[in-house]
Order: sequence, then structure tokens, then C-alpha cells
Amino acid sequence: MENIDLLIDGFGHILSWNHFLLMMVGVTLGILVGVLPGLGAPNGVSLLLPLTFSMDPISAIILLSCMYWGALFGGSTTSILFNIPGEPSSVATTFDGYPMAKAGQASRALTLAFVSAGLGALAGVVMITLLSGWVANFALKFSSPEYFAVYFLAFASFISMGAQSPFKTLVSMMLGFALASIGMDTISGNLRLTFDIPELIKGVSFLIAVMGLFGIGELLLTTEEGLRFEGIKARVKLAEIARTLIEIPRYWLTIARSTIIGIWMGITPAGPTAASFMSYGVARRSARDKSKFGKGDPRGVVAPETADHSAGTSALLPMLALGVPGSATAAVMMGGLMIWGLTPGPMLFTDRPDFVWGLIASMYLGNVVAVFLVIATVPLYASILRVPFSIIGPIIVAVIFSGAYQVANSVSDIFLVIGFGLIGYVFKKLDYPLAPLVLAMVLGDKAEDAFRQSMLMSGGSLNIFWSNGLVSTLMALGLALLLSPLVFWIVGSLRGRKHDAAAPHGDGNAAV
Amino acid sequence: MKKSVSIACIMVAAFGLAAPAAAFEPNRPVEFVVTAGPGGGTDIFARTIQAIIAKYELMKAPVVVTNKGSAGGAEGFVYTAGYKGDAHKLAFGTNNAYLLPVRAKVPYKAEDLTPIAALASDEFVLWVNGKADYATAADFVAKAKEGGLKIGGSQSKDVDQILTSMVNDATGAKINYIPFKSGGEAAVQLAGEHIDANVNNPSENAGQWQAGMVKPLCVFKSVKLTSEAKVVGDKGWSDIPTCKEAGIPIDNYSMPRTVWLPAGVEPDVVQFYADVLRKVSETPEWAKYLADTSQSPAYLSGDDFKAAIEMDGAAVSEVLKREGWLAN
Repeated sequence: MENIDLLIDGFGHILSWNHFLLMMVGVTLGILVGVLPGLGAPNGVSLLLPLTFSMDPISAIILLSCMYWGALFGGSTTSILFNIPGEPSSVATTFDGYPMAKAGQASRALTLAFVSAGLGALAGVVMITLLSGWVANFALKFSSPEYFAVYFLAFASFISMGAQSPFKTLVSMMLGFALASIGMDTISGNLRLTFDIPELIKGVSFLIAVMGLFGIGELLLTTEEGLRFEGIKARVKLAEIARTLIEIPRYWLTIARSTIIGIWMGITPAGPTAASFMSYGVARRSARDKSKFGKGDPRGVVAPETADHSAGTSALLPMLALGVPGSATAAVMMGGLMIWGLTPGPMLFTDRPDFVWGLIASMYLGNVVAVFLVIATVPLYASILRVPFSIIGPIIVAVIFSGAYQVANSVSDIFLVIGFGLIGYVFKKLDYPLAPLVLAMVLGDKAEDAFRQSMLMSGGSLNIFWSNGLVSTLMALGLALLLSPLVFWIVGSLRGRKHDAAAPHGDGNAAV
Repeated sequence: MKKSVSIACIMVAAFGLAAPAAAFEPNRPVEFVVTAGPGGGTDIFARTIQAIIAKYELMKAPVVVTNKGSAGGAEGFVYTAGYKGDAHKLAFGTNNAYLLPVRAKVPYKAEDLTPIAALASDEFVLWVNGKADYATAADFVAKAKEGGLKIGGSQSKDVDQILTSMVNDATGAKINYIPFKSGGEAAVQLAGEHIDANVNNPSENAGQWQAGMVKPLCVFKSVKLTSEAKVVGDKGWSDIPTCKEAGIPIDNYSMPRTVWLPAGVEPDVVQFYADVLRKVSETPEWAKYLADTSQSPAYLSGDDFKAAIEMDGAAVSEVLKREGWLAN
């Protein structure tokens, strides 16, 4: 295997104490940035970028990519502890992670999340190592109709997750689509739904929505219930972390399935958010005993985390191989490449194999370093939950507000967060699911662009979605997923059996 | 070698002149408002300037870079325009600064900004897939006259679509335009043969050209590009024919990289920043940035810059009017 040789060569370039130290620094900074909602990986990496101008490219990319890994890990911490997703891709982790933390299993949930995230990331890197050439060519097959089909698949797998009322899911999703269309429309170049309010022309960031809906919404509920987090009596024991580590192999099936979903969604550029939602949906549907999902099922933590990280890692490959950033963070790093004097693009693999394979080797090491470092922080984070709510509550509010301001340095976003907090509270009270809203906000505008680009390409004919094997397969899979609950429901009601669709759905509203 | 010596001489001259500095000097952090997302062309433009200012200590006050790139950059311009009279907010953009208010109902007018300087001009190249059998731009135009060809570009009613419209108008071609989020997306769509051409800036397609996935047909410029760097084999930027000689009668079409202050600032403030930016444009780092991104040097300030804005605005408005894209 030529790639393996190149990889070993890459390890040769990065194995030094200097680089190891850079990794530790990068990961630590990343965790910090990831834990604070709103700051996020792209901002962190842009802040660090000027420092790297004088470094050699390999050291610089090690520092930046390790910061990215750290931030990805940090993002799930707040999802589990406070129901505040640090980034949209950790929203699905809140569904079961937060109930677990409430039930006194914070250490277990965190450890599960970190280890499965690490496994997912490693699987992503192994894929990059083995398939780099093939994947780059495959990614070129994707045009607007294929993109639309992938987004459609993500929506379909999520709708069919089985919330108790399809109409409530629909309402929530439509609201998400409406919010996603605020701002400038790519296809026509016109402003939509801005009502001449200058603050709205930039659109509504899904980070703001997520922080308000989940974070503030949850705080309001907790306040109503009597100013305390439940189940905080559990003590933090190192033995619990060890016990959780032993427990991991039990979830091999969930991990394997989520890895495949994650890698697939990472290569097709649907991204980590779609991957984590889809993986959660699939894990829930394929579980024999669904009753615990949404109430703290470990599989509900393992599935989205694995997929999130394997997608996040795989998404770096199209960036390296084609010179197209798969995420905001990747875009910043690509800007860095140019400043360090490298041309991102297909020839990078040939021109600077030392750089590319050094980066890939650093992904292996960086992720291992990151897993150890985050697990070391578990006792610290878990003990935060023992602080009385009357102290931690206001701190969370302050963190959310400053985070909301950080997203776009805009004061109006703080009021938006409050607005979303009220919506989140009302939604939970009325038992509307929040997740479809978030998914629609993240993917809605991309799906719309892809659909309208396809229509421009085909001159208005829907046949373009069946024009080749790839897009037809994706559409067929999506349709099958979309219609399957209906079929199951018909079959189920024919048998006259009580269908388990009446179980609470997974948006953490077990708290209500 | 000779070149770098002469640049060094210019620099010495520049620093010598800097001694009797303008009266204004920023006394608190200066915000560089990037009207594009992180990693984009405008972002690298602003961050390169930030790095050069820091390296040569051209300004005492610290610089903070923020990205406000939503709505095609309107977010950043609205934000900057909102600080009327504030000498510590600089917006970095392209010709979108004065074109956005013409083509969309954005909540600012071109008069809400004070032009400082343009530092570079990014070129437009007609690219087709590497496997396509067009040898010249004339072949492409001949095919395009039959209709059904697609050009992909960044954003809607923006520079790429305006250029596509100009090509259609000048040659009688019937090319459809498909808007994407960025030039990078249009580059990959072309490499994957999903569209027939794009009019990306050199840096947006350089990587794909190197790999033979795309090839340039002509550059929309009255003279050939000057960069001597070879990209594929013995072919380099200076080998691309101009579109006019290759069969598309469009003389010059380029995109200035511009810097703006809010309206209502004192003239000495504008002079101060124009001087700082002129010094930036005379450093070897700036020359390297231009060469790396295949842009042309084009420092303009004061009345020259205002005249250039006027000319560019008039030419583009004509296209917007013909296509019915005027917002007001």
C-alpha cells in the first residue's frame, strides 16, 4: 500500500516533542473554545491564524487542526451538562446526553461521548488514509441535484424518527425553513423576510437559535421546577469512567453504523450536523427497545457523537483533495495554506506530500491526544453539576449572552436569543419537537439552493432528480425512508396493536 | 534580484516620506470589517494587510479583524456605515461596496461610505473543463450561440453574472447562469463537468488548473497577465490570451479590492489611512501576495479612485439596467 508508506513518512515528519507540545496546546485551546458556546472553532482558528504566519506549514497546520479537534470535543460537553449545544452538530447529543446527566450519570455520558467521538474521528482518518484518491473523484460526481438528494435523505430519515405527532414535527420544521430563508437569497440575490430591519439582513444564525431554544428554554423550565438540577447527588468517581470504558464494546453495532453514516455524510458534503441527526434517527429506529430513547439511552449519545466526528474528519478530505472547504473552520485553514505559500487543490498531494501526510498523521495523534485530554477533564466538568443552580444558572445565562454576542459581534442577537428561549419554553410546554426546527434551519437554505440550481440546470424539469444512477439511488432511499413509517403504521394498525409511536420523542422533553 | 532591490529603494523612500505624518493618528483599536466570510478572497486581502501593518509597525493602534460577510457583504457595509464619522472602522471589500445598493434593497447607500483606496485588481478568466474540446474562446462562443451552455459563478446579479450577461450581449451567445455560494463551488462544479464554464478569478481555479481538471481560454483584460509563474508544464498565467484577441469583444473587466471608511470622517483621517495602505502596497510581502493570488497591482486613492468608481459603476449599471436588475 503506497498510502501506508506515505503515512509512515508523514509520522516521521511530525514526531517531535515540539509538535507534541503544539498538539497539547492546540487541543487545550480548542476544548476551551468549544465549551464556550458562540465562540466556536472557526472564530478560535481565525484568532490563532496570525500567530502561525511565522511557523513552518506543518507545525502551523498541526496547531490549527488540533484546535479544531479540541473544539469539536468541547462542543458536546455543554450539550450533555446543560442542554446547550456548543455547535449545531452537537444538538442530537442533547437528546439523551442531557437526560443522562440529569439522572446523575454525567461522567458516564461524557466518557461515552468522548470515546465514541474519538473512535468516529479515527475511523474517518483511516478512511482518508486508504481511500484518498478514490473519494476525491467520487466527490466530483456531486452536483446540485445530488446535493438536494442528500439533504432530502437527511430530512426523510429524521421525519420518520417517529415523534408522536407528525403535524407538530411539520409545524416545527416549517418554522425552521422560514427562519432559514431570512436574509439574502443566493439564487435571486434579493433580500427576503427582512422587513427593512438592518439587523435581519445577515439572516438568523442557527447558533443563536440553538442557544436560545435549548439553553435559555431549559433554564426557564428548570427555574419553574424549583431552581435545581435533578439528580446531582451522584458523586464523581474515577471508577465510573473506567467502568464506562469497559462498557464501550457493547455498542459496537451502533458505532459501526454511525461511522458509516458519518463518513458518507462527510464525503457528500451534507456535513456533521446532518450526519449526527441521521445517525440518531437510524439508531432509534433500529433499536429493539425504543422506550429509553430521549430519556437517557447511552446509544443516543454514542450514535450522534460517532457520526458527528467521523463526518467532521472525512469532510477535510474534499478540502485537501479539491481545494474546497467543507466547513467554516476548513475555510479559515485554507486561507492559512495560501498564506503559508501552499496552493490548496488537487496537486497538493503530489507537490507537498510531506505536508499532506504530516497533517493526516497529526490527525491520528491529535485525536488520541484530544480523547485523553478531554477524559481527564470529565471529573472537573461533572463536578460543575454539583454547584447549586442558583449560582450556576446565572453564570450559564451570562455565558449564553456573551456567546450570542460573539457569533456576529451584534447586540441584536442577544435579544434574538431571548426570543428563541421563549419559543423553546413554549414548544416544550406544548410538546412540540425542537430538533426538526434546528435541522431545517441548518439544511433548509442549502436544500433550497440545491433544488433551485437543479431547476435552473434542467430548465424546470423534475426529471433531473432521476437523471443518473447516483441521484436516483439517493432519491429512492429518501422516499423509502419517508414513506416507511406510514407503511409501518398501516401494517401496525391493521394488526390492531398499540404502536410505540406514543413514546415520548427525543428532544429532551422528558424533563417536562 | 534587481526587482527586490528596487522595491527596497521604494520602501526606504516611503518611510522617509512618512516622517511628517498626517495630523490624525488612531488612538484606540481599529476594526477591519471584512465583508466576506473567513477564508474568502476579501478575508485574505484584509488579513494580509493586517499582517503587513503589524510587521512594519505602520500604525500604533492595534487592529481587530471581524468577518461580516452575510448578504453578499452587505452586512459589513451596513455595519460600517452605521458608525458615521468614526475613524476607527474600516470596511474591506470589492466593487460590491457601491454595486450592492444598486442591485438590491440593502439598508445603506454608496454615499454612506467614504472611499479610501483600492489596492489590487483581481482578474477574470474564462475557464472550461480540462477535457473540453474548445481550443479557443471563439470555439466556445460558437457553441454557446446554439444555446444550452451553463456558466456557474459566485452569487446572483454579482460580478460573475454581470460578466456572463456582457459576454451574451457582446457575442450573441445564449449562456445560462447558475448562481452558487462561492467561486470555489463553481470551480468544483466545472471540474466535475456539471457546468460548461466559469469566470473565476485566477486564484479560485489555480489548483484545478494545475491538476489539468480545468483550462483557461482567455482573460478579460486589455493586456495579458504579467505573472511569469508556470502552472502546468510550460504554460503559465502570461500565456493566456486576452479575450478580445481570442474572440470575445470585451476589453477590460476586473474587480478592484477596496477599503472604505464610514461617511462623515475628516479628510486627514482618509489621508492617514490612504498613506498607510500605500506603504502596505509598496512592501515585498504585498508583491508576494499579489503574485501568489495572480492579482494585478492597482493602488488608487483620492480623486483617481473616485473616478474609477464612477466609471466602473456606470459600466455595470448599464448591464443591470438592461437585465432589469436595478433595485430602485
